[in-house]
Formats: sequence, C-alpha cells, structure tokens
Amino acid sequence: MSKLRPQKDYEKTAAFRFWSWLEGKKDPYVGTLEMKEQKEFRESKVAAVERVIDHEKLHDKIYDMEKNKEQKFFRVFYKISAIILCVVVIAALILCASYLPEVGNASNPTNNDTMKRYVEKGMEETGVVNTVTGMILNYRGFDTFGETCVLFIASSCVMILLMMSEEKLRANETPDFEPKDDLILQTIANLLVPILMIFGFYVIVNGHLSPGGGFSGGAIIGSGLILYSSAFGEKKIRRFFNEHVYKCIKVTALILYGCIMTYHFYTGANGIENLIPMGTVGNIISAGMIFYINLFVGSEVACTIYSFYALFKRGGL
Amino acid sequence: MEFIRNFPALSIVLAMMAAIVSSALKGKWAKWLNLIVIIVIMILSGCVLVYTYQLGDSFVYTMGRFSAPWGNEIRAGVLEAIMALFFCVIMLLSLLGGRRHFYIDVEPSRHSLYYIMTNLLLSSLLALVYTNDLFTAYVFVEINTISACGLIMVVQNGRTIEAAIRYMIMSLLGSSLFLIGICILYDITGNLLMTSIYQEVVKIVADGTYTVPLVIAIALLTTGLAIKSALYPFHSWLPDAYGYSTISSSAMLSSLVSKGYIFLVIKIIFRVIGFTQFHDSKIINIIFVFGLLGMIMGSLNAIWENDIMRMIAFSSVAQIGYIYMGFGLGTREGMVAAIFHILSHAATKALLFVSAMGLRDVSGGSKRFIDLTGAGYRNVLAGVGFTVGALSMVGIPAFSGFVSKLLFGQAAVINEGKMLPTLIVLAISTVLNAIYFMKTVIRIYTKEETEYSTINELKHPNYAISITMFIVLNLVLGLASEPILNLVEYGLVMFE
Repeated sequence: MSKLRPQKDYEKTAAFRFWSWLEGKKDPYVGTLEMKEQKEFRESKVAAVERVIDHEKLHDKIYDMEKNKEQKFFRVFYKISAIILCVVVIAALILCASYLPEVGNASNPTNNDTMKRYVEKGMEETGVVNTVTGMILNYRGFDTFGETCVLFIASSCVMILLMMSEEKLRANETPDFEPKDDLILQTIANLLVPILMIFGFYVIVNGHLSPGGGFSGGAIIGSGLILYSSAFGEKKIRRFFNEHVYKCIKVTALILYGCIMTYHFYTGANGIENLIPMGTVGNIISAGMIFYINLFVGSEVACTIYSFYALFKRGGL
Repeated sequence: MEFIRNFPALSIVLAMMAAIVSSALKGKWAKWLNLIVIIVIMILSGCVLVYTYQLGDSFVYTMGRFSAPWGNEIRAGVLEAIMALFFCVIMLLSLLGGRRHFYIDVEPSRHSLYYIMTNLLLSSLLALVYTNDLFTAYVFVEINTISACGLIMVVQNGRTIEAAIRYMIMSLLGSSLFLIGICILYDITGNLLMTSIYQEVVKIVADGTYTVPLVIAIALLTTGLAIKSALYPFHSWLPDAYGYSTISSSAMLSSLVSKGYIFLVIKIIFRVIGFTQFHDSKIINIIFVFGLLGMIMGSLNAIWENDIMRMIAFSSVAQIGYIYMGFGLGTREGMVAAIFHILSHAATKALLFVSAMGLRDVSGGSKRFIDLTGAGYRNVLAGVGFTVGALSMVGIPAFSGFVSKLLFGQAAVINEGKMLPTLIVLAISTVLNAIYFMKTVIRIYTKEETEYSTINELKHPNYAISITMFIVLNLVLGLASEPILNLVEYGLVMFE
C-alpha cells in the first residue's frame, strides 16, 4: 500500500507489480508464454501417398516422349523457332554492320569535336598523361562513379545469396576446400604474392601516367589475395583480412570517392574554383583528384574481387 | 546559378551515398537512414517541380567541370520532377506497407543489404529519370537490374532464387540489346549526348545515309527496354519474380522498376530519335500490335491463375501492354495517356500487392482463392484497399484507372487508322479485367465460417498509413486528374 497515491494509480506503477510478483500474487508469464494449440495438418497419410503416386503418374504421362505428341511438338518447335530467331537477329546485325561507316576513316561521324578535345586538350585540362584515365575519371566521372557502384552492388548481391551467419560459418568448417599444405603451390605463392601486390599497387598509383588504373590494379591485388588464401588457407589470410577489415576498407574508399565526386559536381556546375592541387604533369602525385580516385577505386575493386572468391568458396569472409 | 539547380544531382548522389553508408550499418539504422533519405529526396524533387514549373523551362546541370558533349550532364524539367517525386512516394509507401512481412521473410543479417538495394534502386531510378546521356542511362540500367535481382532473392527459398535467375537472364538479354543499340547509334552519330544524337538523327534522316543502321538501332533499343519492362511476349520472368518475393519488393518491382525503363523509352522516343522520326518508322506499329496482344493475353493468364499474387502479377503484363499501346498510337494524346497510366498503374498495383498481403495474413498465409473467402471481413482495411485497387484497375469512375482508360479511348478516336482495334481491345481487356478482379472482390466479401482470426490493422500503424495513403493517392489521381494532366502535358512540351 502506498500512502502518497490512491490505490488505483498505485496499481499501475512498476513498484506495485514488483511487490505483487515478489509476494507471489501474480505470475507475469501466465497468459503470455503458454503453449498455443497447434493446428492439425489436414492431409492424412493415405491421401499423401495417393497424391504422390498421382503426381508421379501424371509426370510420367507428360514426359513420356514417345507418346506425348504435344511434348514432342513443343520440343521440336522450340528448337526450330529458336534457331530461326537467332539466324534472323544475326542476319539483321550483319546487314547493319555492312552499312556502318568504315573503321579508321577520317570522315567518320565519331571523329568529331568531342574526340578532338579529348585528344588535344586532355592532358592540359585534366593533368593526366594517360588520356583514357582522364576521360573516364574526370570528363565522364559520373558514369564511372555509377560503374563503381555496379561493382559494389554486385558484391552486395552475392552476399545476399551466399553469405552465411557467423555461427553457421564456425560450425561448418569445410576442410574439403582447405589447401593441404601443397609445397609447390606455397613456394610459388611465396614468390608471386609480393610481386603481385607491388605490381598492383604500381598500376594503381601510375594510373594517370601509364596504361592501367584503379580497376586493373585492383584486380591484380585481388588476384594476389586469392592466390595467398588458396595456398595458405583461410586462417592465415583472416589474420589480416577478415570481414571487419573488408568492410572498413570498402566503406571508407567508397565514401571518400563519393565525397570527391560530389565536390567535383558541385564546384564544377557552380563554377567554383577547384581546391584540389593539380601538381605538375608527369609526377606521381598530380592530376588533382584522379590520383586519389584511382587509389579508392583500386582498394574497392581488390576487396570486391577477393570477396567474390571467399563468398563462393565458404560463404563468408 | 540558383542553389535549387543542384537538387537533381544532389538527390542522385545522396541515394548512392546512403547505399554505401548502409553497408556499414546494422539493419535498424539502415532502415532509418533509408526512410530519411527517401523523404529528403521527396522534398528535393518537390522543390525541383515547383522551380521548373515557375521557370517554365527545363534546365541542364553539368556533372563536373566540363560541359555537355565532353562531360556528363543531367536535365530536369516538370515531367522529370513529377516522376522523381512520384517514385519516391510509391517507394516510401511500399516499404512501409511491407515492413511487417519484411521482418518475417528476411533474415536479420540481410536487412542492411536489403536497404543497400533499395537505396541504389532509388538512385538508379532518379538517374534514369534525369539523365541526358545514353551511356549514363546504360550504367544506371545495369544498377537497376542488379538491385532488382537482389530485391527478389532477399527471401531465400527455391522459388525466389529461380525467379531471380530467370529475371537476370531475361534482363541481361535486354541490357545487351540496349547496349548494342547504343553502340550502333554512337557509330553513326558520333555522340552519346541525347540532344546531339537528336540533331544528327535529323540530319541522317534528311540525307538518307545510314537508314538501315538507324532502324536497327531503334529496334534494338526498344526491344531491349521492352524485354526489361515485360512487354507481352517477353513477360515469362514476371509472374514468379513478382509473385514470390517479399511484399515490398513485389510492390516496388511492379510499380517502379519497370516504370523506370518505360520512362527511358519515352526519353528515347522524344529526345534521341525524335517524335516524328519515331512516328514515321514502322517500329511503332509493331509496338502497337504487341501492346494490344499484351492487353488481352495478360488478362487471360490472370483469369487462369489460382494464386492471388501471380494473378496481380499477370495483371501487370496487361497494364504494361496498355502503356506500350499508348506509345504505339503515335500521337501526343496517346503519349499523355501512357504517361498518366504509368502514374495510375504504379499507384494501383502497389496498393493491390500490399492489400493482398493483408488478406493473406488473415487466411493462414495461403495464396489460393478458396482460402481467401471472407477475408475482407477479417481484415477490413486490406479488404477496402483491395477493392479500391480492383475498381481502379477495372476502370470505375472516381478512381485513377478510369481516367487513363478514358484518355486512351480519346487518343484512339483521334487516330484514324488505329481507332477500331484500340477501342475493341480496350473493351475486351476491360471486361477481362472485371472478370478476374471482381471475382476476387466477391470472393473476399463472401461470408463464411472459418477458423482464421481477424486482424485489426490499426494496431499496425505502418500498414494502415501505407494503405490509406495509397487509397488517397488513387482517389487524387482519379478525381483531381485535370491539374495533373495539365502538368504532364506542360512537362511533355518542355521535355523535347
């Protein structure tokens, strides 16, 4: 009993419920946690057996290729119509190709102002030696940001499909897929992995100077990681590259990339001066944002390539 | 430059950034981020709508330091802003309506992945709506495809995986045809920017050079997008994909994903090929015929179906047929009718999916009609929602479907050659629609003693808000169609 409040208000408080529970007046689980009656499954055993038999009979009848004329007709018709469709499409495309402008002709429609500016002013405007990088990362940066998001969403999709929960992963250690300390493989991996890593990094940081860039360099690093994990096993690679590291690298790289692109769009469209220093053409740290974007794209691609391998192999990183 | 001009680009980038951030968040936080982002983008799109309406013209925004033929650009006008706003509203309501089932269907470890998909889907829809560059369109078509696959297979069972694989195969076929079309078009015009391609196409048609590649390019572009938006003969992936996925996914797939592609078709017709060139090409007649076929075959398939979700999915095939039939009429009126039907179908189909889910809940989760008997009494709100959706699909006055059917009829009367087939098929399709939708409505309002319990939806505010807002949206589109139509027509003039 409380002295401060009337009985009705007091009954609503937590204190009242606690004391009444302590005194055994009320069990909070009664009425909330009891078993509910299960609904009975309607189909009897005999009916189920009959149903299966019926289904099998029907199945046999339908797929009896000798007697079922519709099936036969459909299979033949399907094959023939598919062939005809393919032939028609191929013929149309070949016909179309014969009407297209010749390759390498100077008067082709593709050799226009757009092309000219990329080739002539590309180095001056974007600060890169490798014009292709300048085109994809600066002139048409929005497309490439989209393309990076395609990679990102592809890896997320594979995760939806194959990712197993942590408990399952721990319970389901699959030694079949683990390497069995193959001496040849390990020796070669010892030789190759450092070279692959360094070469991949070289391709990434030289993306604006020589052929290559984030996408190709990232793929090289990713293949290095795959080689390492297939030679030395999951446990060793998880010491430095587990799901946590993967998430950190991926999210940081993409967020920074996104921020740079947003800054680029905003300043570009509003005519605000670009604050990212351009540097001298030909240096490693030059070409403004392109160098940094290559770094981010490279780390994202490396992570994605390795994550595909790991997810397909064991359903987790 | 006014700050408001940044909004279209900002909303695309915002959705992409939200997707990236979601991958580091737990499911609960990803949900809130997704909700906030959709609402913010809705407000931004509303601002763009008001701004472009007052401006009286569309505006171009350079994505980066270099202007259009060299860099990327996006273009926003009244029509684009309407679409963006509408897509946001539908996405928000679909997510709200399906939230309860989302928790049942999807494992907790996959929640944040689901929101990555939704955010990127939104960004790709916005990009498809705003872009003025064919290659950008292709990149975002790709994102759209993959995120749609993710949305389908987030429920892990055999049926959805199969549906997702089917969807993937058909959709990639569509994408590759679209890409080949872009390649051919680039080869003969030397441009990827829509405005420049249009100028070159006009020249090509006048000169008579490259006519064959042009026709084949148009054919490939339209076929590719028709496959992706499930025009009749290419609809085989649709019923499973819509019928077995979790309910928010079904609603979003039917009312957003296919509509994004259809909007791209409109864009290609007006901005790339040019309305007159498109009208003169024979491809328009093919689209018209397949549209008519789809209207009938989709409805017939829906009548044969014994599964309520698949029935609604097949009804989508018929409705997509209506839209392509509107394109095929080749008149401006037909175009306006088709665009209005995009809006009305999106609002109605999402409502039907969400309310059908509510009806299933009170029938032991069954999808068969026999179990749904009397479900309208057990779940009043879902019953009302389904009835409104069904009436709208059949085309009863005061609902949105009526207005679009009326517009199609009016557009057909103006067009001499195609009047008779259009009106006849429209009538047949309406009767077929009535058969299967009214059958369901009668079924859910037939009283029967059952052991199934009733649900009071007011205890689930998300669901109640979603259904109510959908019904209101339907009534607004149906009763206040005049200003919306004027806006669409105004936008279409600006669009070219």
